[in-house]
Amino acid sequence: MIVEANSVRFDSLSLDNGASLAPVDVAYETYGELNSKKTNAILILHAFSGDAHAAGISHETGKPGWWDNCIGPGKAFDTNKYFVICSNILGGCRGTTGPSSVNPATGCPYAMSFPVITVSDMVRLQKMLIDWFGIERLLSVSGGSMGGMQALEWAVAFPDRVVSAIPIACTTRHSAQQIAFNEVGRQAIMADPDWNEGNYYSHKPPARGLAVARMVGHITYMSDDSMREKFGRRLRGKENFGFDFDVDFEVESYLRYRGSEFVTRFDANSYLYITKAMDYFDLTNGQGTLASAFASSQARFLVISFSSDWLYPSYQSQEIVRALRTRNCDVAYVELQSNYGHDAFLVDVAEQTDLIRGFLASTYEKTQ
Amino acid sequence: MTAESSHKQAFVPELLGRSDYAIIGEIVEPNTKVLDLGCGEGELLQWLAENKGVDARGVEISGAKVQRAIARGVSVYQGDIDEGLADYPKGAFDYVILSQTLQQTHKPLKVLREMLRVGRRVIVAFPNFGHWAVRLSMAVGGGAPKTKLFPYNWYDSPNIHFLTVRDFEALMALQGLVVERRYFLSGRHKVHFLPNVLAEVAVYLLSGSAGSTASPQGPG
Repeated sequence: MIVEANSVRFDSLSLDNGASLAPVDVAYETYGELNSKKTNAILILHAFSGDAHAAGISHETGKPGWWDNCIGPGKAFDTNKYFVICSNILGGCRGTTGPSSVNPATGCPYAMSFPVITVSDMVRLQKMLIDWFGIERLLSVSGGSMGGMQALEWAVAFPDRVVSAIPIACTTRHSAQQIAFNEVGRQAIMADPDWNEGNYYSHKPPARGLAVARMVGHITYMSDDSMREKFGRRLRGKENFGFDFDVDFEVESYLRYRGSEFVTRFDANSYLYITKAMDYFDLTNGQGTLASAFASSQARFLVISFSSDWLYPSYQSQEIVRALRTRNCDVAYVELQSNYGHDAFLVDVAEQTDLIRGFLASTYEKTQ
Repeated sequence: MTAESSHKQAFVPELLGRSDYAIIGEIVEPNTKVLDLGCGEGELLQWLAENKGVDARGVEISGAKVQRAIARGVSVYQGDIDEGLADYPKGAFDYVILSQTLQQTHKPLKVLREMLRVGRRVIVAFPNFGHWAVRLSMAVGGGAPKTKLFPYNWYDSPNIHFLTVRDFEALMALQGLVVERRYFLSGRHKVHFLPNVLAEVAVYLLSGSAGSTASPQGPG
Protein backbone atom coordinates (compact mmCIF):
# COMPACT_ATOMS: atom_id res chain seq x y z
CA MET A 1 0.00 0.00 0.00
CA ILE A 2 1.78 3.14 -1.28
CA VAL A 3 0.34 6.23 0.36
CA GLU A 4 0.44 9.92 -0.47
CA ALA A 5 0.72 12.78 1.97
CA ASN A 6 -2.09 15.34 1.68
CA SER A 7 -2.64 18.74 3.12
CA VAL A 8 -5.54 21.11 3.64
CA ARG A 9 -5.51 24.76 4.73
CA PHE A 10 -8.09 26.29 7.05
CA ASP A 11 -8.56 30.04 7.42
CA SER A 12 -8.12 30.18 11.15
CA LEU A 13 -8.36 28.32 14.43
CA SER A 14 -9.30 29.89 17.78
CA LEU A 15 -7.20 28.62 20.62
CA ASP A 16 -7.83 27.94 24.29
CA ASN A 17 -5.33 30.63 25.28
CA GLY A 18 -7.48 33.28 23.56
CA ALA A 19 -5.25 33.72 20.52
CA SER A 20 -6.01 32.47 17.06
CA LEU A 21 -3.85 31.04 14.32
CA ALA A 22 -4.39 31.98 10.69
CA PRO A 23 -4.08 30.18 8.44
CA VAL A 24 -3.62 26.61 9.67
CA ASP A 25 -2.35 23.77 7.52
CA VAL A 26 -3.16 20.17 8.35
CA ALA A 27 -1.14 17.29 6.92
CA TYR A 28 -3.07 14.04 6.67
CA GLU A 29 -3.14 10.64 5.07
CA THR A 30 -6.06 8.33 4.41
CA TYR A 31 -6.30 4.59 3.85
CA GLY A 32 -9.23 2.60 2.49
CA GLU A 33 -12.45 3.97 1.00
CA LEU A 34 -15.10 6.16 2.59
CA ASN A 35 -18.48 4.50 2.04
CA SER A 36 -21.36 6.38 0.46
CA LYS A 37 -23.07 7.04 3.79
CA LYS A 38 -19.75 8.09 5.32
CA THR A 39 -20.28 5.77 8.27
CA ASN A 40 -17.02 3.81 8.17
CA ALA A 41 -14.49 6.53 9.03
CA ILE A 42 -11.96 6.02 11.78
CA LEU A 43 -9.65 8.78 13.00
CA ILE A 44 -6.26 7.59 14.20
CA LEU A 45 -4.54 9.93 16.64
CA HIS A 46 -0.80 9.84 16.85
CA ALA A 47 1.35 9.95 19.95
CA PHE A 48 3.81 12.66 20.95
CA SER A 49 6.43 12.17 18.24
CA GLY A 50 4.26 10.57 15.57
CA ASP A 51 2.94 12.05 12.36
CA ALA A 52 0.24 11.65 9.73
CA HIS A 53 2.05 8.72 8.14
CA ALA A 54 0.37 6.00 10.19
CA ALA A 55 0.22 3.20 7.63
CA GLY A 56 1.36 1.99 4.25
CA ILE A 57 4.60 2.83 2.51
CA SER A 58 5.25 6.51 2.06
CA HIS A 59 5.41 7.55 -1.59
CA GLU A 60 8.15 10.05 -0.70
CA THR A 61 10.34 8.26 1.81
CA GLY A 62 9.58 4.59 1.16
CA LYS A 63 9.12 4.09 4.91
CA PRO A 64 6.24 2.24 6.58
CA GLY A 65 3.83 4.18 8.80
CA TRP A 66 4.24 4.22 12.60
CA TRP A 67 1.23 1.91 13.13
CA ASP A 68 1.48 -0.01 9.86
CA ASN A 69 1.23 -3.29 11.77
CA CYS A 70 -2.26 -2.27 12.97
CA ILE A 71 -3.70 -0.41 9.97
CA GLY A 72 -4.15 -2.00 6.55
CA PRO A 73 -6.04 -4.69 4.69
CA GLY A 74 -7.03 -7.45 7.13
CA LYS A 75 -5.29 -5.74 10.07
CA ALA A 76 -6.86 -4.47 13.32
CA PHE A 77 -8.06 -1.32 11.57
CA ASP A 78 -9.05 -3.15 8.41
CA THR A 79 -8.81 -0.81 5.44
CA ASN A 80 -10.86 -3.24 3.34
CA LYS A 81 -13.73 -2.28 5.58
CA TYR A 82 -12.98 1.12 7.08
CA PHE A 83 -11.78 4.49 5.91
CA VAL A 84 -8.87 5.46 8.14
CA ILE A 85 -7.65 9.04 8.54
CA CYS A 86 -4.56 10.23 10.41
CA SER A 87 -3.41 13.84 10.62
CA ASN A 88 -0.35 15.48 12.10
CA ILE A 89 -1.22 17.33 15.32
CA LEU A 90 -1.34 21.08 15.77
CA GLY A 91 2.07 22.23 16.99
CA GLY A 92 3.78 19.37 15.19
CA CYS A 93 6.58 19.60 12.68
CA ARG A 94 5.45 17.14 10.04
CA GLY A 95 3.24 19.25 7.82
CA THR A 96 0.69 20.70 10.22
CA THR A 97 1.20 24.24 11.47
CA GLY A 98 3.59 24.41 14.40
CA PRO A 99 6.40 26.56 15.79
CA SER A 100 8.66 25.74 12.85
CA SER A 101 6.04 26.98 10.34
CA VAL A 102 6.41 30.39 8.78
CA ASN A 103 4.29 33.07 10.40
CA PRO A 104 2.67 34.85 7.42
CA ALA A 105 2.69 38.12 9.37
CA THR A 106 6.50 38.18 9.69
CA GLY A 107 7.75 35.85 6.99
CA CYS A 108 9.83 34.07 9.66
CA PRO A 109 9.20 30.85 11.58
CA TYR A 110 6.92 31.35 14.59
CA ALA A 111 9.51 29.88 16.97
CA MET A 112 8.55 30.91 20.52
CA SER A 113 5.98 33.40 19.26
CA PHE A 114 3.83 30.36 18.47
CA PRO A 115 0.89 30.39 20.92
CA VAL A 116 0.83 27.81 23.69
CA ILE A 117 -1.61 25.16 22.51
CA THR A 118 -3.67 22.47 24.22
CA VAL A 119 -4.88 18.97 23.42
CA SER A 120 -8.37 20.38 22.92
CA ASP A 121 -6.98 22.85 20.35
CA MET A 122 -5.46 19.86 18.53
CA VAL A 123 -8.80 18.06 18.61
CA ARG A 124 -10.75 21.13 17.41
CA LEU A 125 -8.44 21.30 14.41
CA GLN A 126 -9.01 17.58 13.74
CA LYS A 127 -12.73 18.24 13.88
CA MET A 128 -12.34 20.89 11.18
CA LEU A 129 -10.67 18.23 9.05
CA ILE A 130 -13.50 15.76 9.70
CA ASP A 131 -16.08 18.45 8.86
CA TRP A 132 -14.14 19.15 5.68
CA PHE A 133 -14.48 15.47 4.75
CA GLY A 134 -18.22 15.81 5.35
CA ILE A 135 -18.16 13.05 7.95
CA GLU A 136 -20.93 13.46 10.48
CA ARG A 137 -19.95 10.72 12.90
CA LEU A 138 -16.67 8.90 13.21
CA LEU A 139 -17.04 5.17 13.71
CA SER A 140 -14.08 5.38 16.03
CA VAL A 141 -11.30 7.57 17.35
CA SER A 142 -8.24 5.72 18.49
CA GLY A 143 -4.66 6.18 19.57
CA GLY A 144 -2.06 5.33 22.16
CA SER A 145 -0.38 7.58 24.70
CA MET A 146 -1.10 11.20 23.73
CA GLY A 147 -3.20 9.75 20.90
CA GLY A 148 -5.38 8.15 23.57
CA MET A 149 -5.67 11.48 25.36
CA GLN A 150 -6.95 13.02 22.12
CA ALA A 151 -9.41 10.14 21.69
CA LEU A 152 -10.80 10.88 25.17
CA GLU A 153 -10.98 14.59 24.38
CA TRP A 154 -12.93 13.78 21.21
CA ALA A 155 -15.45 11.69 23.14
CA VAL A 156 -15.96 14.46 25.69
CA ALA A 157 -15.77 17.56 23.47
CA PHE A 158 -17.80 16.17 20.54
CA PRO A 159 -19.95 13.43 22.04
CA ASP A 160 -22.37 13.35 19.11
CA ARG A 161 -19.56 12.98 16.59
CA VAL A 162 -18.00 9.71 17.75
CA VAL A 163 -19.59 6.28 17.88
CA SER A 164 -16.69 4.72 19.73
CA ALA A 165 -13.31 5.50 21.24
CA ILE A 166 -10.28 3.29 21.79
CA PRO A 167 -7.89 5.05 24.18
CA ILE A 168 -4.76 2.94 24.66
CA ALA A 169 -2.03 3.30 27.30
CA CYS A 170 -3.09 6.79 28.30
CA THR A 171 -4.53 8.96 31.02
CA THR A 172 -7.12 11.67 31.60
CA ARG A 173 -4.38 13.87 33.05
CA HIS A 174 -0.68 13.72 33.64
CA SER A 175 0.61 12.78 37.05
CA ALA A 176 3.48 14.63 38.71
CA GLN A 177 5.83 11.91 37.44
CA GLN A 178 4.71 12.34 33.84
CA ILE A 179 5.03 16.12 34.05
CA ALA A 180 8.45 15.68 35.64
CA PHE A 181 9.83 13.61 32.76
CA ASN A 182 8.47 16.13 30.25
CA GLU A 183 10.09 18.96 32.18
CA VAL A 184 13.46 17.19 32.11
CA GLY A 185 13.13 16.97 28.33
CA ARG A 186 12.21 20.63 28.00
CA GLN A 187 15.05 21.74 30.26
CA ALA A 188 17.54 19.65 28.27
CA ILE A 189 16.48 21.51 25.11
CA MET A 190 16.44 24.95 26.69
CA ALA A 191 19.81 24.37 28.36
CA ASP A 192 21.42 23.78 24.96
CA PRO A 193 23.02 27.11 23.88
CA ASP A 194 22.00 26.31 20.30
CA TRP A 195 18.37 26.60 21.35
CA ASN A 196 18.89 30.37 21.44
CA GLU A 197 15.48 31.19 22.95
CA GLY A 198 13.91 29.12 20.18
CA ASN A 199 15.49 31.12 17.35
CA TYR A 200 17.65 28.51 15.68
CA TYR A 201 15.91 27.98 12.36
CA SER A 202 18.56 29.86 10.41
CA HIS A 203 21.41 28.33 12.44
CA LYS A 204 22.20 25.02 14.09
CA PRO A 205 19.28 23.35 15.92
CA PRO A 206 19.74 22.42 19.62
CA ALA A 207 20.66 18.88 18.62
CA ARG A 208 22.36 17.88 21.87
CA GLY A 209 19.51 19.08 24.05
CA LEU A 210 16.87 17.47 21.87
CA ALA A 211 18.82 14.20 21.77
CA VAL A 212 19.07 14.10 25.57
CA ALA A 213 15.34 14.81 25.83
CA ARG A 214 14.67 11.89 23.51
CA MET A 215 17.01 9.60 25.44
CA VAL A 216 15.03 10.27 28.62
CA GLY A 217 11.85 9.65 26.68
CA HIS A 218 13.04 6.29 25.42
CA ILE A 219 13.91 5.15 28.92
CA THR A 220 10.34 5.88 29.99
CA TYR A 221 8.92 4.00 27.01
CA MET A 222 10.71 0.76 27.90
CA SER A 223 10.52 -1.42 31.00
CA ASP A 224 13.18 -2.81 33.28
CA ASP A 225 12.49 -6.25 31.79
CA SER A 226 12.59 -5.14 28.18
CA MET A 227 15.85 -3.24 28.74
CA ARG A 228 17.39 -6.24 30.48
CA GLU A 229 16.27 -8.46 27.63
CA LYS A 230 17.39 -6.10 24.91
CA PHE A 231 20.70 -4.87 26.37
CA GLY A 232 21.49 -6.35 29.75
CA ARG A 233 25.00 -5.20 30.64
CA ARG A 234 26.39 -6.18 27.25
CA LEU A 235 29.27 -4.07 26.02
CA ARG A 236 29.17 -2.42 22.65
CA GLY A 237 31.90 -3.72 20.30
CA LYS A 238 34.44 -4.34 23.06
CA GLU A 239 35.53 -7.03 25.47
CA ASN A 240 36.47 -4.78 28.36
CA PHE A 241 35.51 -1.41 29.76
CA GLY A 242 37.16 1.46 27.90
CA PHE A 243 37.89 3.39 31.10
CA ASP A 244 36.74 6.53 29.34
CA PHE A 245 33.40 8.17 28.57
CA ASP A 246 32.85 6.79 25.12
CA VAL A 247 30.16 4.21 24.66
CA ASP A 248 30.76 1.12 26.79
CA PHE A 249 27.32 -0.45 27.12
CA GLU A 250 24.86 -1.45 24.44
CA VAL A 251 22.17 0.58 26.17
CA GLU A 252 24.28 3.74 25.89
CA SER A 253 24.78 3.13 22.20
CA TYR A 254 21.07 2.56 21.69
CA LEU A 255 20.07 5.75 23.48
CA ARG A 256 22.66 7.83 21.64
CA TYR A 257 21.46 6.39 18.34
CA ARG A 258 17.82 7.08 19.18
CA GLY A 259 18.68 10.60 20.29
CA SER A 260 20.65 11.54 17.20
CA GLU A 261 18.14 9.93 14.87
CA PHE A 262 15.31 11.90 16.48
CA VAL A 263 17.07 15.19 15.83
CA THR A 264 16.86 14.61 12.09
CA ARG A 265 13.07 14.35 12.11
CA PHE A 266 11.79 16.44 14.99
CA ASP A 267 11.74 20.10 15.86
CA ALA A 268 12.94 21.09 19.34
CA ASN A 269 10.33 23.83 19.72
CA SER A 270 7.58 21.38 18.78
CA TYR A 271 8.92 19.21 21.61
CA LEU A 272 8.40 22.09 24.04
CA TYR A 273 4.91 22.98 22.83
CA ILE A 274 3.55 19.47 22.55
CA THR A 275 4.86 18.27 25.92
CA LYS A 276 3.35 21.39 27.49
CA ALA A 277 0.00 20.60 25.88
CA MET A 278 0.17 17.07 27.31
CA ASP A 279 0.97 18.41 30.77
CA TYR A 280 -1.91 20.89 30.64
CA PHE A 281 -4.36 18.20 29.52
CA ASP A 282 -7.03 17.42 32.08
CA LEU A 283 -10.25 15.87 30.84
CA THR A 284 -12.15 17.49 33.72
CA ASN A 285 -10.68 20.92 32.96
CA GLY A 286 -10.10 21.13 36.67
CA GLN A 287 -13.83 21.15 37.37
CA GLY A 288 -15.94 18.40 38.86
CA THR A 289 -15.30 14.71 38.74
CA LEU A 290 -14.07 12.63 35.88
CA ALA A 291 -17.50 11.00 35.74
CA SER A 292 -19.11 14.40 35.19
CA ALA A 293 -16.68 15.03 32.33
CA PHE A 294 -18.18 11.99 30.60
CA ALA A 295 -21.74 13.18 31.32
CA SER A 296 -22.77 13.72 27.72
CA SER A 297 -20.62 11.01 26.17
CA GLN A 298 -22.58 8.39 24.25
CA ALA A 299 -19.61 6.58 22.80
CA ARG A 300 -18.74 2.97 23.30
CA PHE A 301 -15.26 2.59 24.76
CA LEU A 302 -12.48 0.05 24.52
CA VAL A 303 -9.76 0.93 27.03
CA ILE A 304 -6.46 -0.94 26.87
CA SER A 305 -3.45 -0.76 29.19
CA PHE A 306 -0.25 -2.79 29.43
CA SER A 307 1.04 -4.54 32.51
CA SER A 308 4.63 -3.27 32.27
CA ASP A 309 3.78 0.32 31.25
CA TRP A 310 5.06 2.42 34.14
CA LEU A 311 4.84 5.72 32.24
CA TYR A 312 1.06 5.39 31.78
CA PRO A 313 0.31 2.76 34.42
CA SER A 314 -2.84 0.65 34.32
CA TYR A 315 -4.36 2.50 37.28
CA GLN A 316 -4.76 5.53 35.02
CA SER A 317 -6.72 3.49 32.48
CA GLN A 318 -8.76 1.97 35.31
CA GLU A 319 -9.69 5.48 36.43
CA ILE A 320 -11.17 6.07 32.98
CA VAL A 321 -13.08 2.79 33.18
CA ARG A 322 -14.43 3.50 36.65
CA ALA A 323 -15.66 6.95 35.66
CA LEU A 324 -17.38 5.50 32.60
CA ARG A 325 -19.01 2.81 34.74
CA THR A 326 -20.30 5.46 37.10
CA ARG A 327 -22.07 6.96 34.06
CA ASN A 328 -23.18 3.46 33.04
CA CYS A 329 -21.37 3.94 29.73
CA ASP A 330 -20.60 1.01 27.47
CA VAL A 331 -16.96 0.20 28.26
CA ALA A 332 -14.68 -2.76 27.67
CA TYR A 333 -11.32 -2.85 29.39
CA VAL A 334 -8.37 -5.17 29.52
CA GLU A 335 -4.83 -4.95 30.84
CA LEU A 336 -2.66 -6.81 28.34
CA GLN A 337 0.35 -8.69 29.62
CA SER A 338 3.48 -7.33 28.02
CA ASN A 339 7.14 -6.79 28.80
CA TYR A 340 7.56 -3.87 26.46
CA GLY A 341 6.50 -1.08 28.79
CA HIS A 342 4.80 1.93 27.23
CA ASP A 343 6.14 0.93 23.79
CA ALA A 344 3.82 -2.10 23.93
CA PHE A 345 1.00 -0.30 22.12
CA LEU A 346 3.26 0.02 19.07
CA VAL A 347 5.03 -3.32 19.43
CA ASP A 348 2.67 -5.87 20.97
CA VAL A 349 0.26 -5.81 18.10
CA ALA A 350 -0.91 -9.42 17.98
CA GLU A 351 -2.63 -9.02 21.34
CA GLN A 352 -4.39 -5.83 20.36
CA THR A 353 -5.47 -6.93 16.91
CA ASP A 354 -8.26 -9.35 17.87
CA LEU A 355 -9.55 -6.95 20.50
CA ILE A 356 -9.73 -3.96 18.19
CA ARG A 357 -11.06 -5.96 15.26
CA GLY A 358 -13.88 -7.52 17.33
CA PHE A 359 -14.73 -4.25 19.02
CA LEU A 360 -14.89 -2.33 15.75
CA ALA A 361 -16.88 -5.04 13.97
CA SER A 362 -19.56 -5.14 16.66
CA THR A 363 -19.63 -1.33 16.86
CA TYR A 364 -19.98 -1.05 13.09
CA GLU A 365 -22.77 -3.62 13.11
CA LYS A 366 -24.70 -1.62 15.69
CA THR A 367 -24.56 1.49 13.51
CA GLN A 368 -25.89 -0.22 10.38
CA MET B 1 -43.11 -22.90 41.86
CA THR B 2 -46.66 -23.95 41.18
CA ALA B 3 -47.89 -27.51 40.77
CA GLU B 4 -48.96 -26.87 37.16
CA SER B 5 -45.59 -25.62 36.05
CA SER B 6 -43.89 -28.63 37.51
CA HIS B 7 -45.29 -30.87 34.81
CA LYS B 8 -44.41 -28.56 31.95
CA GLN B 9 -41.16 -29.06 30.14
CA ALA B 10 -39.32 -31.43 32.40
CA PHE B 11 -36.61 -31.57 29.78
CA VAL B 12 -34.39 -28.50 29.48
CA PRO B 13 -32.72 -27.79 26.16
CA GLU B 14 -29.13 -26.78 26.42
CA LEU B 15 -27.84 -23.38 25.48
CA LEU B 16 -24.14 -23.30 24.61
CA GLY B 17 -23.91 -26.75 26.15
CA ARG B 18 -25.42 -25.73 29.47
CA SER B 19 -28.93 -26.11 30.79
CA ASP B 20 -28.55 -23.29 33.34
CA TYR B 21 -27.80 -20.98 30.40
CA ALA B 22 -31.00 -22.22 28.74
CA ILE B 23 -32.95 -21.20 31.85
CA ILE B 24 -31.21 -17.82 31.94
CA GLY B 25 -31.86 -17.36 28.23
CA GLU B 26 -35.53 -18.06 28.93
CA ILE B 27 -35.77 -15.65 31.89
CA VAL B 28 -34.11 -12.63 30.29
CA GLU B 29 -36.62 -10.45 28.46
CA PRO B 30 -35.72 -8.99 25.07
CA ASN B 31 -34.11 -5.57 24.66
CA THR B 32 -33.07 -5.28 28.27
CA LYS B 33 -29.78 -4.27 29.83
CA VAL B 34 -27.78 -7.19 31.23
CA LEU B 35 -24.62 -7.42 33.30
CA ASP B 36 -22.97 -10.84 33.59
CA LEU B 37 -20.54 -11.20 36.47
CA GLY B 38 -17.75 -13.68 35.92
CA CYS B 39 -18.81 -13.84 32.29
CA GLY B 40 -15.81 -15.84 31.10
CA GLU B 41 -15.35 -15.50 27.38
CA GLY B 42 -18.72 -13.80 27.01
CA GLU B 43 -20.54 -16.63 25.21
CA LEU B 44 -23.81 -16.15 27.11
CA LEU B 45 -23.70 -12.38 26.63
CA GLN B 46 -23.06 -12.77 22.93
CA TRP B 47 -26.00 -15.17 22.67
CA LEU B 48 -28.26 -12.76 24.58
CA ALA B 49 -27.14 -9.84 22.40
CA GLU B 50 -27.74 -11.73 19.18
CA ASN B 51 -30.95 -13.52 20.11
CA LYS B 52 -32.62 -11.18 22.58
CA GLY B 53 -31.22 -7.85 21.47
CA VAL B 54 -29.95 -7.12 24.96
CA ASP B 55 -27.39 -4.47 25.79
CA ALA B 56 -24.78 -6.88 27.12
CA ARG B 57 -21.96 -6.08 29.54
CA GLY B 58 -19.66 -8.33 31.51
CA VAL B 59 -17.05 -8.48 34.24
CA GLU B 60 -14.31 -11.08 34.25
CA ILE B 61 -11.11 -11.38 36.25
CA SER B 62 -9.07 -13.40 33.76
CA GLY B 63 -7.35 -11.16 31.23
CA ALA B 64 -7.13 -13.93 28.63
CA LYS B 65 -10.89 -14.54 28.86
CA VAL B 66 -11.63 -10.80 28.71
CA GLN B 67 -9.55 -10.59 25.53
CA ARG B 68 -11.58 -13.33 23.88
CA ALA B 69 -14.85 -11.76 25.04
CA ILE B 70 -13.95 -8.34 23.63
CA ALA B 71 -12.76 -10.00 20.42
CA ARG B 72 -16.25 -11.46 20.02
CA GLY B 73 -17.68 -7.97 20.36
CA VAL B 74 -18.94 -8.11 23.94
CA SER B 75 -18.20 -5.18 26.28
CA VAL B 76 -16.37 -6.85 29.12
CA TYR B 77 -14.03 -5.27 31.59
CA GLN B 78 -11.32 -6.96 33.54
CA GLY B 79 -12.07 -6.69 37.21
CA ASP B 80 -12.96 -8.34 40.47
CA ILE B 81 -16.62 -9.08 41.19
CA ASP B 82 -16.09 -8.59 44.91
CA GLU B 83 -15.15 -4.94 44.35
CA GLY B 84 -16.24 -4.20 40.82
CA LEU B 85 -19.87 -3.21 41.27
CA ALA B 86 -19.41 -0.22 43.52
CA ASP B 87 -19.03 2.25 40.64
CA TYR B 88 -22.31 1.40 38.94
CA PRO B 89 -25.30 3.60 39.68
CA LYS B 90 -28.38 2.10 41.34
CA GLY B 91 -30.67 0.26 38.95
CA ALA B 92 -28.21 0.47 36.05
CA PHE B 93 -29.28 -2.92 34.69
CA ASP B 94 -32.47 -4.89 34.17
CA TYR B 95 -30.68 -8.11 35.04
CA VAL B 96 -27.46 -8.89 36.81
CA ILE B 97 -26.36 -12.48 36.27
CA LEU B 98 -24.03 -14.50 38.43
CA SER B 99 -23.67 -17.93 36.93
CA GLN B 100 -21.83 -20.59 38.92
CA THR B 101 -19.58 -18.03 40.54
CA LEU B 102 -21.29 -17.18 43.85
CA GLN B 103 -19.36 -19.94 45.60
CA GLN B 104 -16.12 -18.37 44.38
CA THR B 105 -16.66 -14.84 45.68
CA HIS B 106 -15.09 -13.73 48.94
CA LYS B 107 -18.21 -12.07 50.28
CA PRO B 108 -21.22 -13.69 48.63
CA LEU B 109 -23.83 -11.77 50.60
CA LYS B 110 -22.20 -8.45 49.83
CA VAL B 111 -22.04 -9.42 46.16
CA LEU B 112 -25.74 -10.35 46.17
CA ARG B 113 -26.66 -7.06 47.84
CA GLU B 114 -24.56 -5.12 45.33
CA MET B 115 -26.16 -7.04 42.46
CA LEU B 116 -29.60 -6.13 43.77
CA ARG B 117 -28.54 -2.50 44.04
CA VAL B 118 -27.32 -2.18 40.45
CA GLY B 119 -29.90 -4.52 38.91
CA ARG B 120 -33.68 -4.55 38.97
CA ARG B 121 -33.50 -8.32 38.97
CA VAL B 122 -30.79 -10.78 39.77
CA ILE B 123 -30.23 -14.24 38.32
CA VAL B 124 -28.04 -16.52 40.38
CA ALA B 125 -27.07 -20.01 39.34
CA PHE B 126 -24.98 -22.14 41.68
CA PRO B 127 -23.94 -25.76 42.05
CA ASN B 128 -25.82 -27.43 44.90
CA PHE B 129 -23.50 -28.78 47.57
CA GLY B 130 -26.44 -30.70 49.01
CA HIS B 131 -26.70 -32.96 45.94
CA TRP B 132 -26.77 -36.66 46.84
CA ALA B 133 -23.51 -37.36 44.98
CA VAL B 134 -21.71 -34.81 47.14
CA ARG B 135 -23.23 -36.25 50.29
CA LEU B 136 -22.31 -39.76 49.17
CA SER B 137 -18.76 -38.80 48.21
CA MET B 138 -18.18 -37.32 51.64
CA ALA B 139 -20.05 -39.99 53.61
CA VAL B 140 -18.38 -42.89 51.89
CA GLY B 141 -14.98 -41.46 50.99
CA GLY B 142 -14.59 -39.39 54.12
CA GLY B 143 -12.63 -36.73 52.24
CA ALA B 144 -13.62 -33.38 50.82
CA PRO B 145 -16.15 -34.32 48.16
CA LYS B 146 -15.09 -34.71 44.56
CA THR B 147 -17.93 -35.05 42.09
CA LYS B 148 -18.82 -34.07 38.56
CA LEU B 149 -20.03 -30.72 39.92
CA PHE B 150 -17.15 -30.25 42.32
CA PRO B 151 -14.27 -31.85 40.46
CA TYR B 152 -11.43 -30.07 42.25
CA ASN B 153 -9.03 -31.20 44.91
CA TRP B 154 -9.58 -29.21 48.09
CA TYR B 155 -6.23 -27.42 47.63
CA ASP B 156 -6.79 -26.16 44.11
CA SER B 157 -10.51 -25.50 44.12
CA PRO B 158 -11.69 -22.02 43.08
CA ASN B 159 -14.74 -22.66 45.27
CA ILE B 160 -14.34 -21.04 48.65
CA HIS B 161 -17.92 -21.27 49.90
CA PHE B 162 -20.08 -24.36 49.80
CA LEU B 163 -23.79 -23.80 49.78
CA THR B 164 -26.85 -25.94 49.32
CA VAL B 165 -30.31 -25.11 48.04
CA ARG B 166 -31.47 -25.15 51.65
CA ASP B 167 -28.75 -22.69 52.67
CA PHE B 168 -29.66 -20.33 49.86
CA GLU B 169 -33.36 -20.43 50.70
CA ALA B 170 -32.56 -19.74 54.34
CA LEU B 171 -30.41 -16.76 53.37
CA MET B 172 -33.17 -15.35 51.16
CA ALA B 173 -35.64 -15.64 54.02
CA LEU B 174 -33.23 -14.18 56.56
CA GLN B 175 -32.35 -11.23 54.32
CA GLY B 176 -35.91 -10.69 53.17
CA LEU B 177 -34.94 -11.03 49.54
CA VAL B 178 -37.68 -11.81 47.08
CA VAL B 179 -37.42 -15.02 45.11
CA GLU B 180 -39.47 -14.52 41.97
CA ARG B 181 -38.66 -17.84 40.37
CA ARG B 182 -36.54 -20.86 41.14
CA TYR B 183 -35.39 -23.67 38.87
CA PHE B 184 -33.63 -26.87 39.86
CA LEU B 185 -31.68 -28.87 37.36
CA SER B 186 -30.15 -32.28 37.22
CA GLY B 187 -28.30 -32.68 33.96
CA ARG B 188 -30.83 -31.67 31.34
CA HIS B 189 -33.86 -32.34 33.52
CA LYS B 190 -35.81 -30.13 35.82
CA VAL B 191 -36.08 -31.39 39.36
CA HIS B 192 -39.46 -30.97 41.01
CA PHE B 193 -39.07 -32.56 44.38
CA LEU B 194 -36.32 -32.82 46.96
CA PRO B 195 -34.24 -30.21 45.13
CA ASN B 196 -31.70 -30.06 47.94
CA VAL B 197 -30.91 -33.73 47.29
CA LEU B 198 -31.60 -34.10 43.60
CA ALA B 199 -30.62 -30.77 42.04
CA GLU B 200 -27.14 -30.37 40.67
CA VAL B 201 -27.64 -26.74 39.83
CA ALA B 202 -30.11 -24.17 41.12
CA VAL B 203 -31.14 -21.05 39.22
CA TYR B 204 -32.87 -18.24 41.11
CA LEU B 205 -34.52 -15.10 39.87
CA LEU B 206 -34.46 -12.52 42.63
CA SER B 207 -35.75 -9.01 42.93
CA GLY B 208 -34.77 -6.42 45.46
CA SER B 209 -38.19 -4.84 45.72
CA ALA B 210 -39.74 -5.67 49.06
CA GLY B 211 -43.11 -6.81 47.84
CA SER B 212 -45.01 -10.00 48.45
CA THR B 213 -42.50 -12.50 49.64
CA ALA B 214 -42.79 -15.75 47.79
CA SER B 215 -43.17 -18.59 50.22
CA PRO B 216 -39.98 -20.59 50.23
CA GLN B 217 -40.45 -24.06 48.94
CA GLY B 218 -39.36 -26.70 51.40
CA PRO B 219 -36.08 -27.97 50.07
CA GLY B 220 -35.24 -31.60 50.68
